[in-house]
Amino acid sequence: MGPLSVQEINLILDTAESMKAISARDIKKVPTLRGKSIVNFFYEPSTRTRTSFDVAAKRLSADTLSLSASTSSMVKGETLLDTARNLQAMRPDVIVLRHPSSGAPHMLAKEVEAGIINAGDGINEHPTQALLDLYTIREKMGRINGLKTVIIGDISHSRVARSNIIGLIKMGAEVTVSGPPTMIPVGIEGLGVRVVPDPVKAVRKKDVVMLLRIQLERQSKVLFPSIREYASYFGLSRKIFQSANEGAIVMHPGPLNRGVEISSEVADGPYSVILDQVANGVAVRMAVLYLLIGGAKGDNVDQGR
Amino acid sequence: MITWIRGGDLVDPVNETVEQLDVVVEKGKISKMLPPGVFQGNGSGIKRVEASGKMVIPGLVDMHVHLREPGHEYKETIASGARAAAAGGYTAIACMPNTVPPNDCRAVTEFILEQAERARSVRVYPIAAISKGQDGETLTDFGELREAGAVGLSDDGFPVVNSELMRRALEYASFYGLRVISHCEDRSLSGDGVMHEGGISTRIGLAGIPDASEDIMVYREIALARLTGRHVHIAHVSTAASVDLIRRAKEDGIRVTAETAPHYFTLDHRRVIGYDTLAKVNPPLRTPEDVEAIKTGLREGVIDAIATDHAPHSSLEKDLEFDRAAFGMIGLQTALPLTLQLVRDGVLGLAQAIGKLSWAGATALGIPGGRLMEGGSADLAIIDLNYEYPLETDRILSKSKNSPFIGQVLKGITELTMVGGKIVWEKA
Repeated sequence: MGPLSVQEINLILDTAESMKAISARDIKKVPTLRGKSIVNFFYEPSTRTRTSFDVAAKRLSADTLSLSASTSSMVKGETLLDTARNLQAMRPDVIVLRHPSSGAPHMLAKEVEAGIINAGDGINEHPTQALLDLYTIREKMGRINGLKTVIIGDISHSRVARSNIIGLIKMGAEVTVSGPPTMIPVGIEGLGVRVVPDPVKAVRKKDVVMLLRIQLERQSKVLFPSIREYASYFGLSRKIFQSANEGAIVMHPGPLNRGVEISSEVADGPYSVILDQVANGVAVRMAVLYLLIGGAKGDNVDQGR
Repeated sequence: MITWIRGGDLVDPVNETVEQLDVVVEKGKISKMLPPGVFQGNGSGIKRVEASGKMVIPGLVDMHVHLREPGHEYKETIASGARAAAAGGYTAIACMPNTVPPNDCRAVTEFILEQAERARSVRVYPIAAISKGQDGETLTDFGELREAGAVGLSDDGFPVVNSELMRRALEYASFYGLRVISHCEDRSLSGDGVMHEGGISTRIGLAGIPDASEDIMVYREIALARLTGRHVHIAHVSTAASVDLIRRAKEDGIRVTAETAPHYFTLDHRRVIGYDTLAKVNPPLRTPEDVEAIKTGLREGVIDAIATDHAPHSSLEKDLEFDRAAFGMIGLQTALPLTLQLVRDGVLGLAQAIGKLSWAGATALGIPGGRLMEGGSADLAIIDLNYEYPLETDRILSKSKNSPFIGQVLKGITELTMVGGKIVWEKA
């Protein structure tokens, strides 16, 4: 999200609106990217993001190829760069990369001609997640500028948090981060956020409450003592949420740990937009693919019909 | 054969003077140092080296390099490292023991010295491991290692976790006159960190190494030096807090010396933005404030020496994702120009800067060299302070080219390097 300008973000969100309309039709397919090839290269498992990109590409009639680390030559010791160069030789138009190392897409972008879409790199960024979150906020709240938002959870290890902080601030929202002090990274204030560790205080008078998944499989014992304690002090209950502004929404990038970072009551409540985020993910990714390889600004997304 | 080095400005780091003197070299030693015009050598047995407008300096002494042989000869060999050192103005280098196998026994120490002998270049001083296999559990045979030719002890790269082992190493090493060099890092704090922990690591999403990871161990080594009354040398100082700790220890009379490397006073953690693995080093590049503190430490003498921590890695280890790439950069051919920048910036005087690169390292390690005197070995270099050039890979004589300074214009170069009266490097 770092290099994107406000105008570019608005363009993506505006384009996503047209794309969402396509998904609402009976025949959810346009020929816009016919003849284009997109490689979904997921070096790290991710059913949600990968499926979303796949659906997005198919709705635009692109040819897609899925690769994972276990099916690539990486298991035989090939480096990421060599794998990328081999892929490049097959001349794809876009490589969608999910990788456990921060900066991997930047490295690839310097080496290959194909467009690179970062589908999550290490603990650095997850830009399409941030874009779909921005889209969902704009859709539900009518604006982003001036909103008060809070992100609760493991900020240190969350690429979603980092991308959302950058995106929200760029679009004029106020951002507070909250969670155990062991999960708040050094120097986070430098990104322009306020730090309020106690979620009870952090949620008060906010318009958007965004939760992060506690990665149970990745937590070391030193970040917090137990799931039980985390749920008691940092989980979002309805009681805590009630102190948010009227009309506030609850967001979560999924998958949920019900009863840990979020209670079922909140996750399934009327203010929850968690499933809208998933639906909007397809539209935003369609917009990103289209803008990257589909044509110039202002082109009709239904071109070729 | 007599070599007559004419008209150069001779730098004496011990007395901190720069004086125009001719140097006459006979049988590997400096026979005379005379004002210009006094020595009148003629005849075929005299080789004249014109040094007018250049500096004649003691050969530089690097107390901290990695030569990768045995085990990783594709990155560097003792011969290639020694060649790079000669081109950088060095006449003596001390190599760290983290080879494969590590230098933890007589056979490896002797092998290194044999290879160095065969290379016929700069002097190579092996530093042996503190613990067998660098496992931090059992002391190596210090006496035998010294007999074989080791001059110091370090588990560099594998910091000694066990405080008692470190205490005993300091005590036992003193019996043999061996220096103990500590790589100060609390690995449990460094964790998976790959760069300095701070605003930049948070912004670009890389796991950080806090400065406390170094500071804690610097404090421990100082406490152990105080406890034992023995000398400890702190390797590659990178943080402001370490400089403060060492300053106070020295004021208290504790026997501690320290080195830093040119990248710690030249680059800061902003260099990592863009995920360039050439800027990935351990300890990591710190903040601009740390860089200033390192400069102050050098100026005030808190940091005694400038070493390179020359750490060659091939593209196999560097052309990778940032968190998977190896730590380390080469430095033998960039240390001199980068240190000379400190002189141009007014941080150090010329003689002081050359002293940090030569005399200080030799003294901290307890080896000869680092100064020029009549009767002493003719280990010297002639340097041109004003020569400007872009650092290109074909200029680099190391087998590995992992320098973040490639492409940058450097100022100051070695014209000639002489070891024991023999010219081992001459700029084309």
